[in-house]
Amino acid sequence: MDRLVLRTGGWFALALVAFAAMLAARDGGFAVHMGIVSLVALGLAIIAMRRADYAAVARGLLKMPADQGRYYDDVIRWGVIATVSWALAGFLAGLYIALQLAFPALNLGLEYTSFGRLRPLHTSAVIFAFGGNALIATSFYVVQRTCRARLFAPKLADFVFWGYQLFIVLAATGYLMGITEGKEYAEPEWYVDLWLTIVWVAYLVVFGGTIVKRSEPHIYVANWFYLAFILTIAMLHIVNNLSMPVSLLGSKSYAAFAGVQDALTQWWYGHNAVGFFLTAGFLAMMYYFVPKQAQRPVYSYRLSIIHFWSLIFLYIWAGPHHLHYTALPDWAQTLGMVFSIMLWMPSWGGMINGLMTLNGAWDKIRTDPIIRMMVMALAFYGMSTFEGPMMSVKAVNSLSHYTDWTIGHVHSGALGWNGMITFACLYYLAPRLWRRERLYSLRLVNWHFWLATVGIVLYAASMWVAGIMQGLMWREYGADGYLVYAFSEVVSAMWPMYLIRAAGGLLYLSGAIIMAWNIGRTIAGSPLRQEKPMHGASHDMAADKPLIARPA
Amino acid sequence: MASKFFNHGTLERNVSLLGIAALITVAIGGIVEIAPLFWIDNTIEKVEGMRPYTPLELAGRNIYIREGCYNCHSQMIRPFRDEVERYGHYSLAAESMYDHPFQWGSKRTGPDLARVGGRYSDEWHVQHLKDPRAVVPESIMPTYPFLAERDLKPGDMRADLKALTRVGVPYSDADISKANDDLAAQADPDADTTDLLKRYPKAQARDFDGDPSRLTEMDALVAYLQMIGTLVDVDAARPQESLPGQVAPKEDGR
Repeated sequence: MDRLVLRTGGWFALALVAFAAMLAARDGGFAVHMGIVSLVALGLAIIAMRRADYAAVARGLLKMPADQGRYYDDVIRWGVIATVSWALAGFLAGLYIALQLAFPALNLGLEYTSFGRLRPLHTSAVIFAFGGNALIATSFYVVQRTCRARLFAPKLADFVFWGYQLFIVLAATGYLMGITEGKEYAEPEWYVDLWLTIVWVAYLVVFGGTIVKRSEPHIYVANWFYLAFILTIAMLHIVNNLSMPVSLLGSKSYAAFAGVQDALTQWWYGHNAVGFFLTAGFLAMMYYFVPKQAQRPVYSYRLSIIHFWSLIFLYIWAGPHHLHYTALPDWAQTLGMVFSIMLWMPSWGGMINGLMTLNGAWDKIRTDPIIRMMVMALAFYGMSTFEGPMMSVKAVNSLSHYTDWTIGHVHSGALGWNGMITFACLYYLAPRLWRRERLYSLRLVNWHFWLATVGIVLYAASMWVAGIMQGLMWREYGADGYLVYAFSEVVSAMWPMYLIRAAGGLLYLSGAIIMAWNIGRTIAGSPLRQEKPMHGASHDMAADKPLIARPA
Repeated sequence: MASKFFNHGTLERNVSLLGIAALITVAIGGIVEIAPLFWIDNTIEKVEGMRPYTPLELAGRNIYIREGCYNCHSQMIRPFRDEVERYGHYSLAAESMYDHPFQWGSKRTGPDLARVGGRYSDEWHVQHLKDPRAVVPESIMPTYPFLAERDLKPGDMRADLKALTRVGVPYSDADISKANDDLAAQADPDADTTDLLKRYPKAQARDFDGDPSRLTEMDALVAYLQMIGTLVDVDAARPQESLPGQVAPKEDGR
């Protein structure tokens, strides 16, 4: 291993030196000779590199167990590692931009570190890098287990994983350099979008192919949700990113649609990125991992059918609620509002199906910190899918739109629902994928649970207060009939709320760091952490009796 | 769930059927809501004054997008008393008809900019972009000092205008062929801008960044900011109270 690095690195370094000498050559003949040397060294470096056994590297460094030819799990192990890493990156970026709002000096006066460029970095890192990797990894895990079939085209699955990481890196570095289409959550430019389209089609082939070669007659409900998520994201991504490149050799493009049409296309996309990426896909995770962890069957098969079809049908209509009272025609706004309110029911159908799965296993909330996380995730899913329809009512939206209430709402869903359910799945997956007895520490899971929960509460509560305050101050009239507050006064009133929000984010990030440590120790195969076992309240039979009245 | 007419088990056993059924189900909402916007006449009411962006304004707008200004500033005034008093007449659909992409925004960490054009002096904008807290102490906006130091190099603007023409913006052949000259002329106080102003009515031609010797990114961004929301005479536009083909109700004499 070390010799390999030394040899490859040595040849490569020689190639670089020769290349530099070629560029700096004083005469043409020397340049040609150095060019030849450089090419030869590069070729030798490539030959040396080709001898590497990357699988052995992964098995050594990342302790990945050897493939036994049953399920194809290597790509899922990479997915777990990527999910944990991107979580840290995304949460850290979020904390940093939260602090920028409280302390603008943190923008550092540099273009690369200004809020406007870092905010897309944060949203994409969390939604697409953290969430996306969690979805890809869990979908490959779930589809194999529920179909009782090895993954279709494992090499293609590797391409999906690594191609997706390339998409993330291109998108993220693009934001820092100011390469953006300027549409929220769809910022990557045309060539990155094309790349993602290729990766996504490959993803559909791997996932669909595995279902086709299944040994089970029925397609399990989790796979319906994964399938709807993959198909719908493909549709949304392609339509919303239609754009005209200025040149095939440049990053800039202009969106195909303009104004009103572009706005509705964007929010049709944006809302259903929530609906299908962050809801349908994560419900699929819920439908497999909650029953497995609780060791109880899904509560209701009928409910899962009804709520699946109604959820995917209704969600698509809800986009216009992001455009209430704008120049979008009224009929579209009203339609969006009505469907958003109807959407409340299928959303809660999913929550009920998840929570009621714990029927007969409720005691595990006390003893199993992973179940505790799942229950909290479902509770936040229920809360934010109630809050969403409420905020889509035009009268409420007239106050809440443009304020931090929206930010609070999004984060109670993202941190509470998507974050918590993903953490629970990661804790479920890590020991199984690396064939460990169990997680390194359950106490640390409990710490993570509480840090995350308190963090979300601080975050959501401060943003509710901030948003409602903002909305009320903007529209406040004095007795003299004039607006009471200048915009800048509202900005300064937000300061304490921004601080509390950042504190919440810090707690949430701390929880994730603990998770990274815990999963890292599990992967490394460390001996289990010496700790007091997690268990239920003890039962003292002798004390289980009425008090006997004693004479005074 | 099985009944006489339909058995869900069929879908559960056939991934192609399941996928097609799901795709049809998710396609309906978008088709019903989005498609009509392209052919219903009164989606964008007709107004006087809209024109495509000048090359300099377009370059400024591209900087606005590049820096992610839309993350904190909306460009969409809603028809409420407080918003109209704070920011100006509510936004009309036609005012963003040449915006590829739209920049309505979703958050007001900073104020709305739909009618910021002409509200402040060029000097104020330059100061404010360099150091927002120099003019608004409470501001939490990042500083953008590099805009004034960097030459504007948007590449060949003819290619940009041509790309926009392909997606429906009505630039004339003259607009396209003169794009690079127009870009420089609009910020050059010594240039002859008669032709530019004829092709782009209400365009403002002057040095924007306080340094006439250079064409900087600051010139472009300020030129864009100073024209947002200034093209349409909003008082001349009336709410559309009748559908095309019907007799319009009597004017109220406003």
